[in-house]
Amino acid sequence: MFNYQFDWAIVTSGKYFDWIVSGTITTIQISAVSIVLAFLLGLVVAVMRMSGFTPSRWAALVFLEFTRNTPLLVQIFFWYFGSYKILPTVVNDWLGTLNFEFAAGVIALTIYTSAFIAEDIRSGIRSIPKEQMEAARSAGFSYLRSMQYIILPQAIRIIIPPLINQFLNLTKNSSLAMTIGVAELTYQARQVESYTFKGYEAFTAATLVYLAMSLVIAIAVNFYNKYVLTPVRGR
Amino acid sequence: MIRFSGVHKWFRKLHVLNDVNLHVHQGEVVVVCGPSGSGKSTLIRTINQLEPIDRGSLIVDGMDLSDRKTDINKLRAEIGFVFQQFNLYPHLSVLKNITLAPIKVRNIPKKEAEETATSLLERVGLVEKRDAYPAQLSGGQQQRVAIARSLAMKPKIMLFDEPTSALDPEMIGEVLQVMQDLAKTGMTMVVVTHEMGFASEVAHRIAFIDNGIILEEAKPADFFKNPQHERAQQFLKQVLSPMH
Ligand SMILES: Nc1ncnc2c1ncn2[C@@H]1O[C@H](COP(=O)(O)OP(=O)(O)O)[C@@H](O)[C@H]1O
Ligand SMILES: [Mg+2]
Repeated sequence: MFNYQFDWAIVTSGKYFDWIVSGTITTIQISAVSIVLAFLLGLVVAVMRMSGFTPSRWAALVFLEFTRNTPLLVQIFFWYFGSYKILPTVVNDWLGTLNFEFAAGVIALTIYTSAFIAEDIRSGIRSIPKEQMEAARSAGFSYLRSMQYIILPQAIRIIIPPLINQFLNLTKNSSLAMTIGVAELTYQARQVESYTFKGYEAFTAATLVYLAMSLVIAIAVNFYNKYVLTPVRGR
Repeated sequence: MIRFSGVHKWFRKLHVLNDVNLHVHQGEVVVVCGPSGSGKSTLIRTINQLEPIDRGSLIVDGMDLSDRKTDINKLRAEIGFVFQQFNLYPHLSVLKNITLAPIKVRNIPKKEAEETATSLLERVGLVEKRDAYPAQLSGGQQQRVAIARSLAMKPKIMLFDEPTSALDPEMIGEVLQVMQDLAKTGMTMVVVTHEMGFASEVAHRIAFIDNGIILEEAKPADFFKNPQHERAQQFLKQVLSPMH
């Protein structure tokens, strides 16, 4: 260990640097796409979970229990190996024209994360006094319109901190997609290691990149929360 | 305009509305009073179906509330509801509080909605607060904004559930004044209140409710001079006592 020769140049320039960069880009892509989809799906599940229509509540509940109580890695394998069997042919054909590993990774990460996001959204919504919904309904807004104009704009401020957390988790969890061959950051760091035996340098680089991405997400969302959303005065 | 016939409602085992029969005509102001927990809020909330009824029939503006085909959102747009706790939207300015439903529910152009809102704010004496947020207003001001918000929908009926109960005494007058002015315009109003001064001056009729039963329904003068029912006498003694 003491006479280990550090060779940082390997990951700061040249071919292996390019691999790390390409892995970083793939990580950003898979995370960004999954984050947007997971938020939208989470929103739908949260609204279904809270709706007055019993079947939709049950469907949401079953979905939540399944996704939150099974390991993400299993879910990734499930979608990677199993989607041919359960998805309609059209969907599979379309996924085939994309990058199939990437698509399976996105599906698994989206579904897994959406369950946690749904619960965060739900508790944010529940923290808004029920009188707000009554006031909105009294004015003739439907349930969904009340959510859209009155409840969600208030709840979003409460939802944002746990949401940042889920976004960060998702970015980190995306490393599991390497197991189905998505050439993201961890996968590429691993490649560099097996080609150069410079595992220490490779994974230090990967660590720093993950850290940087987490910081950027946290700062960006905080900025949005503070300056873009009009603050509710008082309250 | 509003007709309760044999209406019952239960909260589990609690019989909150017991054979309610009440008819409110167009342009009438009916005050509902009674002890706390007697079912006043429940009664007024059935009118826009914030609380569904369990038995009997309730016809509002020609629409049968027990008919599944009744478009409840459409009916609610015609009915203003003023809450004890105001329930303004805290994330929106006063102006937006007032214009939101006219724009999104009634599809009124933004400019027109804002003009209406401004003239309503003039009417309740709060134009200078149009860009303020609810948390920056006093209770009395918030309640006047809440009334303006309901009126912006050009409702056919206005419902008030203890609109002054959450207010400091010095602010009650300003809200009652707005309501009295509104009554003069011929608005159909149902008002739950303990403000007996308002009731005697403005109401056409008073309904006294106790334990979910409307025990007495009379003209204000008759109700105050000789309440028929013992419970009503007790109630009046309490709310009219100088300590109150
Ligand atoms: N959502 C509810 N669930 C169960 N009980 C309720 C509910 N709302 C009101 N009640 C009960 O019904 C009775 C009448 O309530 P309410 O109509 O609010 O009375 P009031 O407005 O006259 O004070 C009270 O005993 C109250 O506790
Ligand atoms: Mg009440």
